[in-house]
Amino acid sequence: MSKDWPLWEVFVRARGGLDHRHVGSVHAPDAEMALRHARDTYTRRMEGVSLWVVKSTDIAASDPDQSGELFEPAQSKIYRHPTFYELPDAVKHM
Amino acid sequence: MYTTELDKTATAPTPIGGEDPALIAAFEARVAADEFIEPKDWMPEAYRRTLTRQISQHAHSEIVGMLPEGNWLTRAPSLKRKAILLAKIQDEGGHGLYLYCAAETLGTSREQMIDALHSGRAKYSTIFNYPTLNWADIGAIGWLVDGAAIMNQVPLQRTSYGPYARAMVRVCKEESFHQRQGFDIMLAMANGSPAQKAMAQDALNRWWWPSLMMFGPSDDNSPNTAQSIRWRIKRETNDELRQKFVDATVPQAELLGLTIPDPALKWNEERGHYDFGEIEWDEFYAVVRGEGPTAKERMKARRAAWNDGAWVRAAADAHEAKRAARSAAAAA
Repeated sequence: MSKDWPLWEVFVRARGGLDHRHVGSVHAPDAEMALRHARDTYTRRMEGVSLWVVKSTDIAASDPDQSGELFEPAQSKIYRHPTFYELPDAVKHM
Repeated sequence: MYTTELDKTATAPTPIGGEDPALIAAFEARVAADEFIEPKDWMPEAYRRTLTRQISQHAHSEIVGMLPEGNWLTRAPSLKRKAILLAKIQDEGGHGLYLYCAAETLGTSREQMIDALHSGRAKYSTIFNYPTLNWADIGAIGWLVDGAAIMNQVPLQRTSYGPYARAMVRVCKEESFHQRQGFDIMLAMANGSPAQKAMAQDALNRWWWPSLMMFGPSDDNSPNTAQSIRWRIKRETNDELRQKFVDATVPQAELLGLTIPDPALKWNEERGHYDFGEIEWDEFYAVVRGEGPTAKERMKARRAAWNDGAWVRAAADAHEAKRAARSAAAAA
């Protein structure tokens, strides 16, 4: 039994002006083949105008078990949101 | 194409000993709150196993589903039908790939899953173990089999495992073309010559009951359903989905001027649903067990496709190795 090709994560830009978004993954021996497979697998219906492929092993990810500590400090800083501030009624738009 | 729990002997997803009750409770609370579980999140081993089995069976069904239709590519009645069928078959391959990717995030490699299929250990949807005898069958498959698949797959877009749910969103978007192209074939034949209409009726006669069986055993005979629903792996029971399919399909058959081969089929005003006849489950289990000549033929065709393509994979590997060696030499 042969070995699976490496896994590549696929990102598609739906149209100009938008970010590339993660859509899934493909197996391929190299970047060029990964792009071809991504094209056939994820853009059969004009889903995009640009493709990125990144080797899955090259992605560093945060640990979900740590997400409490990692993201919690942002929750206590509610003054970072505009809704924290009470404006006098006289101020109509700000 | 579609999935349900095909293997009645599969171990019921009961909690496995040794797991931290606090982790299990936190997991169950997240699922109950309709949160999505992602690959790196903690999950009970039974959840992981059930999902791996369900998603890989689903992927296999997509891949095997290409075979009965592939047989008709060269005999499609027009260039238009040929192009449409080719696009549908390519979609099925794509659906298989989305699903293998989703299953891989649970820790089983695609290589292992494909090996399980080719060695006969893995199950796929029983529907593909029926032969496709003529062109009308391609219409009936799109209309009924893909129609049943959609009924099953729409709720799976909200299944609790994130990668599976996202794959299903993509699949569902594409599946509705499959059903409509099938109905379009049936419509053309039903409005054609008496011989063509008879072919369409014959195809409906042969595919109706197998399509109903696609929803799996009835609820009181489906031991894993309760746990799967609690874990939001399934969102609706086999019988609920089957009833929805019957209710949606009967008026479509009337529109085609074709008769559904069930003398017990009758609108039940009180229930607001169609009543329908008993399903012959002995036949279903024989087909699940892979009995019959078509099952053997399908696996033979799958293995041949895999083995005949080995040189392409080897060439791609060799090309990559050569290029890597070259760039290593240039860097030295």
